[in-house]
Amino acid sequence: MRPFPEATELVGENLACRRGERLVFERLDCRLPAGGALVLTGPNGSGKSSLLRLLATLLVPASGRLLWDGAPITQDPARYRGVLHYVGHLDGVKPALTPREMLGFWAALRGVRRPAIDAALAAFGLDRVADWPCRWLSAGQRRRLALARLAAAPAPVWLLDEPGAALDDDGEARLEAAIATHCAAGGSVAVATHQPIAITDATTLALDAFATPTGDPLTV
Amino acid sequence: MNAFFGLIHHDLRLAARQGGDIGLVLGFFVLAVILFPFGVGPEPELLRRIAAGIIWVAALLAAVLSLDRLFAGDHADGGLDLIALSAMPLELAVLAKGAAHWLTTGLPLVVVSPVLALFVDLDPRALPVLVLGLLLGTPAMSLIGAIAAALSLGARRPGVLMTLIILPLYLPPLIFGTAAVEASLSAEGARAHLLLLAALSLAALPLAPFAAAAALRQALD
Repeated sequence: MRPFPEATELVGENLACRRGERLVFERLDCRLPAGGALVLTGPNGSGKSSLLRLLATLLVPASGRLLWDGAPITQDPARYRGVLHYVGHLDGVKPALTPREMLGFWAALRGVRRPAIDAALAAFGLDRVADWPCRWLSAGQRRRLALARLAAAPAPVWLLDEPGAALDDDGEARLEAAIATHCAAGGSVAVATHQPIAITDATTLALDAFATPTGDPLTV
Repeated sequence: MNAFFGLIHHDLRLAARQGGDIGLVLGFFVLAVILFPFGVGPEPELLRRIAAGIIWVAALLAAVLSLDRLFAGDHADGGLDLIALSAMPLELAVLAKGAAHWLTTGLPLVVVSPVLALFVDLDPRALPVLVLGLLLGTPAMSLIGAIAAALSLGARRPGVLMTLIILPLYLPPLIFGTAAVEASLSAEGARAHLLLLAALSLAALPLAPFAAAAALRQALD
């Protein structure tokens, strides 16, 4: 894999996240250097998914800011969106389309003209089912398809929410291999997970340290 | 532009694979129009007078019926996240989805409307104006509908809420669409009404995507 020319550091400063009436976490600092890995841990409801959505710009932080390449991402959100891949716990897979068509569409959304679709399908062991309608796929195969997005169109920052859910041993091994190659090429990855995941030199961020008691009155 | 046309292509392909969606909307349109001759009785005079109104109202209701699939599916399966993170601004994505919606709903309604005009005994001289009016008015219906569809995401009864938001907003196209047919049979001519319909669609073209995109951002939260 070619190294990423635009790989650099993603920094979150003093982040707070509010979902509805509830303050999920506050005063959270995080740092995701090029080639680095961040594993988010914490009990259910501690804000792992919220932090990933916040890093993906899908949520707006209640306070604090995100810096990419030293500049606040609000200066050029389009550029920042272009360098990140977000795989949430929903797969976004349409039952009526085939895995090949889904990957083609996702790459087109990113503006990628020649996506590596066959390589991505092979990397996650989906070559056999590439032209089946997705309604025939199992939950694990849909998960693999969502993860194949990462390989079809390269981007330096991966934000993965419970990527191992529904994956079998082979799927997990493929995911870990993909993450290792990605980091070796200078890419960075943030993973929220409950299962142990083998990533070399990963930093762990325990989110319960920043959690506020449920029902805390908002001070932000 | 790759992302814009990719999204239109994706939505059209989905609609083609799930042909039932278009079929349901057209079926509703046809049945709703056919019910009127039974309801008001077989008097050609009365039917002919309200023919344009029947077709326009049925077309509006059919369009409302189709709006729930505009964003709801993508919102439920996570596809909306990927659209929000795409290489184009969310406003442009709304425009792409609106265009695909019009091609799979508005355009088919326009195409079958001449046949339905026969059922309600529309004056044949008014037929071109009816079709042209629908052609000019349905893009506004898709675009304004996108606002309501985006606003009702995440509501407990999205279908009902969306209908309540959208029907008042559909009044202007309804008024000018039926008035155009009426005017085409008098000395007045339909030109002014058709121009107003076109103006509605042209105004909705830049404005509706901004409103709908703002509502979608709320829904992503």
